[in-house]
Amino acid sequence: MTTTAPPPQRTEARPRTPVLASTGHPAVRPPTAAHLSDEQVAQLGRELDAIRDRVLASRGAKDARYIRRVIKVQRSLELAGRVTLLFSRRKSALIAGTAMISIAKILENMEIGHNVLHGQWDWMRDPDIHSTTWEWDFVSPAQTWKHTHNDLHHTWTNVVGRDKDVGYDLLRMDEEQPWTPFALGNPLYNLVLMPFFEWGIALYDLELEAWRTGEKSSDELKRDLRLTAKKALHQFTKDYAATPLAAQLVSRSGRNALIGTFTANCIRNAWAHAVIFCGHFPDGVDTFTEEMIEGETRGDWYIRQMIGSGNISGSPLMHLMTGNLSHQIEHHCFPDLPSNRYAEVAPHVREICERYGLPYTTGPLPRQVFQAWAKVCRLAVPPQGLGPWLREELHARFGSGSPTRLPKRAVNAAPPTVRRGAAPLVAHVL
Amino acid sequence: MAQIHALRRVASLLLTPLEPEDVLGLVNPLASYRQLRGIVTQVTEETADSRTIHFRPGRGWNPHDAGQWARIGVEIDGVRHWRSYSLSAPEGADPAITVTAIGVVSTELVRRTKLGDILFLDVPQGDFVLPRHPRPLLMLTAGSGLTPVMSMVRTLIPRRPDADVVLIHSARTRVEALFHDELLELADQFPALTVKHWFTREGQGRRLDLTEVTDLETVCPDWRGRAAYACGPADFLDAAAALWESELAAEADDAAEALMIERFAPVLLPGAAGEGGLVTFEKSDKEVETPGDCSLLDAGEQAGVVMPSGCRMGICRSCLTPLVAGRVRDLRTGEVHGDEGELVQTCINAPAGPVHLDI
Repeated sequence: MTTTAPPPQRTEARPRTPVLASTGHPAVRPPTAAHLSDEQVAQLGRELDAIRDRVLASRGAKDARYIRRVIKVQRSLELAGRVTLLFSRRKSALIAGTAMISIAKILENMEIGHNVLHGQWDWMRDPDIHSTTWEWDFVSPAQTWKHTHNDLHHTWTNVVGRDKDVGYDLLRMDEEQPWTPFALGNPLYNLVLMPFFEWGIALYDLELEAWRTGEKSSDELKRDLRLTAKKALHQFTKDYAATPLAAQLVSRSGRNALIGTFTANCIRNAWAHAVIFCGHFPDGVDTFTEEMIEGETRGDWYIRQMIGSGNISGSPLMHLMTGNLSHQIEHHCFPDLPSNRYAEVAPHVREICERYGLPYTTGPLPRQVFQAWAKVCRLAVPPQGLGPWLREELHARFGSGSPTRLPKRAVNAAPPTVRRGAAPLVAHVL
Repeated sequence: MAQIHALRRVASLLLTPLEPEDVLGLVNPLASYRQLRGIVTQVTEETADSRTIHFRPGRGWNPHDAGQWARIGVEIDGVRHWRSYSLSAPEGADPAITVTAIGVVSTELVRRTKLGDILFLDVPQGDFVLPRHPRPLLMLTAGSGLTPVMSMVRTLIPRRPDADVVLIHSARTRVEALFHDELLELADQFPALTVKHWFTREGQGRRLDLTEVTDLETVCPDWRGRAAYACGPADFLDAAAALWESELAAEADDAAEALMIERFAPVLLPGAAGEGGLVTFEKSDKEVETPGDCSLLDAGEQAGVVMPSGCRMGICRSCLTPLVAGRVRDLRTGEVHGDEGELVQTCINAPAGPVHLDI
């Protein structure tokens, strides 16, 4: 016997998104946008709204044909790749099959799944291509991912403490996040996360941290665990049991098929990881404090999305393979516009940024990836530097006689500030 | 069957999260487990403004009874629109709809449909069907209201020599009259059918007057002894209903039984609308500010929510959606109602203040 709890009593309409102030300004405007007046910010908001309205008014049969074509290509590749792997005793079949499945998985996750789950194609009213019915080729179930991604990340973009995508509760990705010795492992965690990205995201979407602090109920966690376990089992079975078994039966190529599906998943994971890290972590992309969103207007919201995101420059093929997350700035301003339209609004958004004196971060993939990795490594190190920290640690643990000496240059610098409550007391001298 | 089921299971294992039908859909557009589709097999011009569209439905379609209707989904500029159409083909034949170019969706169907197009479908519904036992019948139709009756005539007349059907069809002119020649031929060939065309704009033409019995007595003197079926515009049906009510109330126990009516549009109460409100579609995570005269169904469709729907006039109850919070106003009566968890008909209810729907 199970008893179902009565639905929560609600009599009033609840806002779907945090209510934005209609006028005024946030308690603190981000430094990058501090030169703008309230009126300028409001005008900027209106200009971006106008861009959005233009695209909304012109969505039509051409866009519908686009997404259907991408889906068709993706499914054909997926099918052809899997069939090829059934004969993967031959090396050429192994390579071709793995390549096809890798591309199919990347297309499915990036250009199709991510964007369909954002509701970018809901306007077509096609139940087969709809955010409420879509399930994607990724360990994390669509339902839990939509919550952490659409609700949390897109609402609280880059607000340290609110947007858990800043480091995924694993990496230290911002100076504002307190350093702990755990952060020393930053590069290692990221290196392991890269090939197993989908498993990392599935774990992250369970929001164990929110459950520990009581924000998420045990019932909700149980439901998400059940969903995720079921999804993970299906995904795992497909790639690591059913496909190799079928290949073994067909042409005794089970071992190679397993290598193929595993490699394809790793390639997709590494690619998704690279693209996603380019979205918010390269140099020039801002993070925000909670005061900066207090009293935020629509214009301020747009500004936060623009200066808190970074694009990847490249060819149309690059845009397709990144699921148009190469237009991360446009995607964050207009998360529910069809992805194939970001390219056409990008010049307008960029022009607005230039006119209002706001940065528009973009660069080729290798450079953006390098910068994101550089940040991962840089923030692994404590603010006072690794050397001083080590000395402090050794001193505290083994109590050598000599007190910690401040580096020479600190002597004439500003007086050291003392971090309260932290033992041992560490002077901040950077 | 068991083998097919097992094969499906194996295919699912290899394809998850896709279903085998998703992959089959690459080659066969009718293979979809989520949506029933049909492929257009023939388009016939009936009049300048109307076409009969024949289609072969995919798996999951139920053969229709003569007189039933089906929801047809059409894509217009990338957006799916649903409307209900009576099926004009006889029972047992592949389904067909006869559409007259009035309104956006019908016009699109008439002007653009071509061989091989895909239509989205829902299974046939409706109880405007032939009586179970043989009876003398009177069919009273106007304009495109002839379509369900045409299905009945085509079903009944060639198969039942003992049938006795009088069809009175009102159209503006001869060239605008649907199935004009076919009806005359059928009447010629089968004594079971009598056809009376009534043209409202030809020669001394005027509207068939149903406010009193004279016209009816002239065209079909024994109308009182027949089971009647009426289909056409709202005022035509209202007049017929009133006439049967006043003339036959004494004789028949139930005037509604003597006259069956098929409507194409809901009867709304003028001025029933009030203040609208913000409608929130919880599962779809959409919200839309909705005026008090706009149905929840229209509001949802505009917001891109995939809403269940059927007749769109408060009859079939296919659109029932759980109300989470708020109150709704019935556009037919003006009544404001709604409790938490209640299933509301979205097609004829508008928001009365903020409304949350569980969809």
